[in-house]
Amino acid sequence: MSQNLLNKVWDIHRIKTLPTGQDQLFISLHLIHEVTSPQAFGMLKERGLKVLYPERTFATVDHIIPTDKRERPFDDGLAEGMIRTLEENTGENGISYFGPESDHQGIVHIMGPELGLTQPGLTIACGDSHTSTHGAFGAIAFGIGTSQIRDILATQTMALSKPKVRRINIDGTLKKGVYGKDLILKIIADLGVNGGIGFAYEYGGEVIDNMSMEERMTICNMTIEGGARVGYVNPDEKTYEYLKGRRYAPKDFDAAVKEWKKLASPQDAEYDDVYTLDVSDLEPMITWGINPGQALGVGDRIPEDADEQACAFMGFERGQVLKGTQIDVAFIGSCTNGRISDLRIAAEVVRGRKVSPGVRALVVPGSRSVADQAEREGLHTIFKEAGFQWREPGCSMCLAMNPDKLIKRELCASSSNRNFIGRQGSPTGRTILMSPAMVAASAIIGRISDVRDML
Amino acid sequence: MNEKIIEITGKAVPLRGDDIDTDRIIPARFMKCLTFDGLGQFAFYDVKYGEKGEEKEHVLNSPDFKGHAILISGRNFGCGSSREHAPWALKGMGIRCIIARSYAEIFANNCSSLGIPALAVDENIADELLKMVEDDPAVDFSIDLLGKRLYSGNRTFPFHIPENYRLALVEGRWDTTSMLMESLEDIERANKRLPAFID
Ligand code: SF4
Repeated sequence: MSQNLLNKVWDIHRIKTLPTGQDQLFISLHLIHEVTSPQAFGMLKERGLKVLYPERTFATVDHIIPTDKRERPFDDGLAEGMIRTLEENTGENGISYFGPESDHQGIVHIMGPELGLTQPGLTIACGDSHTSTHGAFGAIAFGIGTSQIRDILATQTMALSKPKVRRINIDGTLKKGVYGKDLILKIIADLGVNGGIGFAYEYGGEVIDNMSMEERMTICNMTIEGGARVGYVNPDEKTYEYLKGRRYAPKDFDAAVKEWKKLASPQDAEYDDVYTLDVSDLEPMITWGINPGQALGVGDRIPEDADEQACAFMGFERGQVLKGTQIDVAFIGSCTNGRISDLRIAAEVVRGRKVSPGVRALVVPGSRSVADQAEREGLHTIFKEAGFQWREPGCSMCLAMNPDKLIKRELCASSSNRNFIGRQGSPTGRTILMSPAMVAASAIIGRISDVRDML
Repeated sequence: MNEKIIEITGKAVPLRGDDIDTDRIIPARFMKCLTFDGLGQFAFYDVKYGEKGEEKEHVLNSPDFKGHAILISGRNFGCGSSREHAPWALKGMGIRCIIARSYAEIFANNCSSLGIPALAVDENIADELLKMVEDDPAVDFSIDLLGKRLYSGNRTFPFHIPENYRLALVEGRWDTTSMLMESLEDIERANKRLPAFID
């Protein structure tokens, strides 16, 4: 039996075993943003410490940045203050910063891959739980808290226990109109929102092999919603193809590829657990409840044993079919589904159609370069002509720390990753997670719809 | 080195429910802050208050449980966002120890970094503890991290906590920075050996 990728990457980055029994792990790439980093810089200053290797930390602004008006100072004084603090902290410490004016500003998990910072075999940490996204490249990437941001700034290492590895084999072929988002919602529904605690998920099998890098990112992104802190796909030709020529990709690219190939889990790699799923019959998925595991096929009934509190909050009943339910808001964006391929698929659904009157519909590109590319392709015109708002890049209504929020009990069809109570900015607002294609279809019809009827 | 956390005594708050996420512990709108001070007032804000700021009928608002230092809850506590604001908000509201059936990993990690023991107990014990506290809010608990036992009156209950977190707490190493800084030479070697990012 041979070692899987996680074990190999772990060994390469392990400094030593700490007195507490955890490993001290070197973090090759550290990403930061405006919301979870200021306190870490504060703690560092308090102790008179400096950033050890500023060249291994990269910063952008995403969580709090407005997506309509970008004039400084921002209307929200607190947002302005937080972004200015990041600007000071990165400036004082010599950390590369892709701010609001930069061609690379965007959601931190979209920026990393675009710049070629996200590479196979790296350990990557960021004060954001969806850091698992970067695993799509065969990196070991995980979300951390602010105290660990402080640790990484000061020592480029952190204390961590090695997870077990569950191999997730995806067999079959996805039907037309069914995407990576549907697949990961299905995996979470099957294994549970806490099924991955203590595990890293290694995704593989023919469906994953056939997926684009962007779809693999969607899958790895939502791994944390299944309780696993790390999700990854072994690097392959698509990975190398994607990275080639990007700004921070290795200069001696062929030599790097040679090293990366050695890291991929071999056929006979050892795992702590294996889970296999055939997705040939998978339908487009939607959530009905208040966590991402409460999901079902778009035509299915809410289960008879569905959680009462979740049903009550959503205003749904057991046995109900959600298809046909009126929506108020449609949101296309986030680090899960705010990349160019997502916008292309959604625009294809929207082209030549109109958003249903009464639906507030937004497209928020995940990064400046996604926005630029979409504009070059004319996707923004398709969306605007249909009645979508075309916004500046950021996290926006995924977590509603900026002015984009649900109002009161509004029901939102959303391509984001969390349907938690209050997540989209209104304590009573409601979120239905689905693929961007499904959001586009639902925006046009004004009701939760099956995109396959429109393809 | 930090303060050694070996024994915690206090009364408890029973917070029923599974999968209580960090968005619920502290809604994102209260994360517009540059320090973690003062987050306690916003802990569970939307659980405790209605849209007009009126207090809801909820155990977290009940005078019976005000100021209690131990929080008891269900499965997968602290799931979702990695925000360290969540354990800071709990700390700010006076919570010094959490007892639940299980935890999301990042949250458990964050609690440890703040010196908050996050203890896991079996389902039947969680149920029993919740009931004990609901029946008598004044019941006292004592947590012994050396003996790995929870005491109340003449009863004892076992709990689980990952050994590394337990050691970090009892040995006063829960603030990890100084421990990590002991290996600066090895770190420098790793930094030279591992790929850098060249613009
Ligand atoms: S888009 Fe949403 S999930 Fe992704 S980083 Fe931003 S807030 Fe977090």
